[in-house]
Amino acid sequence: MKKTGIAYLLIALLYTGLSSFAFAGSKEITVSAAMSLKNTFEEIGKLYESKTGTTCVLNFAASGDLLKQIAGGAPVDIFASAAKKDMDEANSQGLTLAGTRADFALNSVVLVVPADAKTSLNSFEGLNSAEIKKIAVGNPKSVPAGRYAEDVFTFYNILGSIKDKFIYTENVRQVLDYVARNETDAGVVYATDAAARSKEVRVVAAAPEPSHKPVVYPVAVVKGSKNEAEAKAFIALLLSDEGRAVLQKHGFKSGN
Amino acid sequence: MESVLFSVRLSLQVACLSTLLIVVTGIPLAYLLARKEFKGREVLDMLFTLPLVLPPTVTGYYLIIVFGRNGLLGGFVYQWTGWTIMFTWYAAVLASYVVALPLMIKTARAAIESVDKNLINASYTLGHSEINTALKVILPLAKRGIIAGAVLAFARSMGEFGATLMLAGNLPGKTETMPIAIYSLSGSGEWNKAHGLVMLMTLISGLFLYIANRYSKRTF
Repeated sequence: MKKTGIAYLLIALLYTGLSSFAFAGSKEITVSAAMSLKNTFEEIGKLYESKTGTTCVLNFAASGDLLKQIAGGAPVDIFASAAKKDMDEANSQGLTLAGTRADFALNSVVLVVPADAKTSLNSFEGLNSAEIKKIAVGNPKSVPAGRYAEDVFTFYNILGSIKDKFIYTENVRQVLDYVARNETDAGVVYATDAAARSKEVRVVAAAPEPSHKPVVYPVAVVKGSKNEAEAKAFIALLLSDEGRAVLQKHGFKSGN
Repeated sequence: MESVLFSVRLSLQVACLSTLLIVVTGIPLAYLLARKEFKGREVLDMLFTLPLVLPPTVTGYYLIIVFGRNGLLGGFVYQWTGWTIMFTWYAAVLASYVVALPLMIKTARAAIESVDKNLINASYTLGHSEINTALKVILPLAKRGIIAGAVLAFARSMGEFGATLMLAGNLPGKTETMPIAIYSLSGSGEWNKAHGLVMLMTLISGLFLYIANRYSKRTF
């Protein structure tokens, strides 16, 4: 009885092992993209597959983690980051293919509160008020949205006085979630994130452009990609009118 | 629905294989740590226990450094075969294995150490070799602890997230285990789907623990 159980298990494992090898024959690209691009890239990925017949595998996490994976040698063809910094780092570590980098989208930074919030918060300076106890922001070490948030706080000269109220998260969607669930009084996210859950969160202020570095989304082909041509085609699609239409639909402004 | 079924199957598959590896390697390691006096024994124990206390993302980072395509071991494998474990489901098995192994080693070591020394000595004086004593006296007497270790390791493998996300990535249809699928769904705000998967995950894990408890009670 026990032995047949183990035999079944081994057969099952062998079967899945073999089937994954069989798939390796057809063309496939792997795209590592920042979490805030999830809904958008899922749509672009489908568009890409229907146009080229190449399978598009998507990998979403915080930009900093994606960078670590690529530096460690993850078999990724395309890196799309939510910040210039992570892409710059990838460039300087020699991880991207020269001449393939492009800024494909722009986003803006907004302050959100729970949809049914009773606080009178209506500006970034208002975060200083005693009625605001907890503010969700991305961890600036790995979450670009957290770095933009710090830029904005520095611009308004309130960073030092509100720092104790920060609840750090490991990706920007977690900020959104804390606010949507009323766990924090406010949070700093991208305009596109706020739009994705407009029933649960309310935008009370948008950061003015000079208050933070521009939120550009750079993309590049990863060096050592075995599917260079297919990867370049993905970036071309992203920058095409069709790609831009998808980006705009999800609230991004197109880059370049 | 198809993607849910996939992640359920993948999680079970990863947990089964990782538990199998843990049983095969963990028992000899526990035996070694419990019964043998050698230099660096406690250091070895500490090294195997570290993944239990380190944050899983740190463990994942170490795994990338060792097994990544540019890693110490991974680089070597890549040069020779052109294959890398990163972003494959085997990476999920490896991550689960490393994170869950200490649960087996700790419980099995304690169980082996608590076996009555008189019985072991009796076996030796009756002329049994060390291997025979281990297989026929020590391990059967430590069975409960070993089974408990295997069950814990299985449960931990089912729930492994942090190290898996780093090494295996978050690739739908490839490495998206149940915990990673839940992370991904919450990331895109698809809470309805996430809720379903959370319930399913709880149900399956609970069921396994229940069966394991029943089984170990009935057998001994």
